[in-house]
Amino acid sequence: MNEWVLILGMMLVTFIPRFLPMAMADRFRIPAILRKALEFVPIAVLTAIIAQASLIHNGEFDLSFANAYLYGLVAAFVTALITKHMFKTIVVGLVVYAIAFVIISKI
Amino acid sequence: MQNKKTLFLLGLRDVIPLLIAAAPFGIVFGALAQANGLSVLATMGMSAFVFAGSSQFVAVTLIGVGAALPIIIVTVLIVNLRHMLYSISLMPRVGGLSLGLRTIMSFWLTDEAYATSSMKLQENPKMVNFHWHYLGAAVGMYINWQTCTGLGILLGQQIPDLTKWGLDIAMVVAFVGIVVPMLKNRAQWACATAAFFCALVTHDWPHQTGLLFSSLLAITVGVLLSKKTYLSTAPSGDADE
Repeated sequence: MNEWVLILGMMLVTFIPRFLPMAMADRFRIPAILRKALEFVPIAVLTAIIAQASLIHNGEFDLSFANAYLYGLVAAFVTALITKHMFKTIVVGLVVYAIAFVIISKI
Repeated sequence: MQNKKTLFLLGLRDVIPLLIAAAPFGIVFGALAQANGLSVLATMGMSAFVFAGSSQFVAVTLIGVGAALPIIIVTVLIVNLRHMLYSISLMPRVGGLSLGLRTIMSFWLTDEAYATSSMKLQENPKMVNFHWHYLGAAVGMYINWQTCTGLGILLGQQIPDLTKWGLDIAMVVAFVGIVVPMLKNRAQWACATAAFFCALVTHDWPHQTGLLFSSLLAITVGVLLSKKTYLSTAPSGDADE
């Protein structure tokens, strides 16, 4: 397979969906109801990514106590609720994950 | 009104936590692409010209299992369709900008740049020159992604096991840090809850279509629950139509 043909193809199919709506922004008046819906886009998409990345591993549910992601996720969630601060959330989430990871791998 | 340079630098500063969170991803991508037989030049080229993290991962994984080119392209298209939602949500913000500017804004559209700038928009919905903040975040992401891909190519040759470490935890906690402060009312909480559980239920749908479906369902939940407040503000003359 030609690597550069692949890259060109990927470039087209990733760019076009990102570009078309923005390119047509002047031609469409966005109805108020859709505008309302768009406010929910970041919450919806990012939360869906969070759920799958932390609780699904190798195509399987991983809700066991041996899933270190679970501890990182809960710690990050609580920190974010209390502090509303992204950087503190990342630091606490990563530290708790690392501790959980080490403990779990030793059991 | 803040000037363009200040906003650009502000965007660059605001995206820094996400650059740290995305770094392991770029490194693992570089290493994985090498392990799955992509040349050094094509690995760098994919990051430079495609610039779509999850699509690049899917592509090199499929290369690893010997998938045919059309299959890879179609899968990449589907995986990256969520960016279309981002682009649609930016439509009200880019009207009046030049086509060149919109082209580069679309090419640089990523989860991270979008998240950074939509967080800024939540703080200040009436913000002027929004695109300069976005461009600052996007430039930071682009440079970071190229650097990390290169680093991954180098590290992957030293540490073959690198791709097996659970490095995507950084992305999980960063996104939590973005989403949770956005949750201020019942509709937003319901939207997040719906997205979370629906994404788990649909995880085995092919090519991450579950992600797209869950997002659309969660958005609908959010709109339905906020309908009353939405209708009560509409007669004030604030609505578009």
